[in-house]
Amino acid sequence: MEQKRRGLLGALAALLAAGLLKPVLALAAWNKEAFAAKTAADALKGLGAASTEPSKGITIEAPEIAENGAVVPIEISSGIPGTTSIAVVIEKNPFPLAARFDFSEGALPFVKLNAKMGETSDVRVVATAGGKHYVATREIKVTIGGCGG
Amino acid sequence: MAGPMKMRATLAGGNTDVRVLMTHPMETAQQTKGAPYFIQNITVKVNGKPVIEGEISQAISRNPVFSFRLKGGAKGDKIEVSWLDNKGETNKTETAVA
Repeated sequence: MEQKRRGLLGALAALLAAGLLKPVLALAAWNKEAFAAKTAADALKGLGAASTEPSKGITIEAPEIAENGAVVPIEISSGIPGTTSIAVVIEKNPFPLAARFDFSEGALPFVKLNAKMGETSDVRVVATAGGKHYVATREIKVTIGGCGG
Repeated sequence: MAGPMKMRATLAGGNTDVRVLMTHPMETAQQTKGAPYFIQNITVKVNGKPVIEGEISQAISRNPVFSFRLKGGAKGDKIEVSWLDNKGETNKTETAVA
């Protein structure tokens, strides 16, 4: 009996190690590849949005000059019909991808968040609609960076 | 340590505005010498049904505040927001639309 249990535990451990069985908490998806990317281009590649076309349907509201890079308010909405997701990429941050949201029926493609910016940078917002990716860019100047210290 | 959350959901212009505050240090790799500590996942539910799934990074400010907008809505609808961080800690809060 004891022997059997050991075997079962061993098999379970092997499955865990192989990543086949994940602890329940780890089930939520987090796109490690995209978030670990060190350039905006790689981040977008990681999101499957390597090719984008510019769109005036995306609105980015943010201060022109953010005095405190630790808290930069950015408000985003997409007027592109059928928008299902929005990603925020801060080009000059060490890890450019800041956030990504999926919106299903019942939610409007809108989000307001506070982000940290290490230095003055373009902020790219990518909206996905009908399998296509649209982009809008806005520069935010930062007086005091907010990623370290 | 992660602390309490606060949330407000109000009807505005035919939609529901949700504003939520999470208490979390959101430490970057630079701050922690390579051991960042931050919320990774956010879920917004309306009457038990997920409508927004967010993935965020260490670039979101300390004690994150988010605003979301939900289509339509009615007084009393139950809004739930939950988060999960990279150490497996979670928290959630629920409120009724006012």
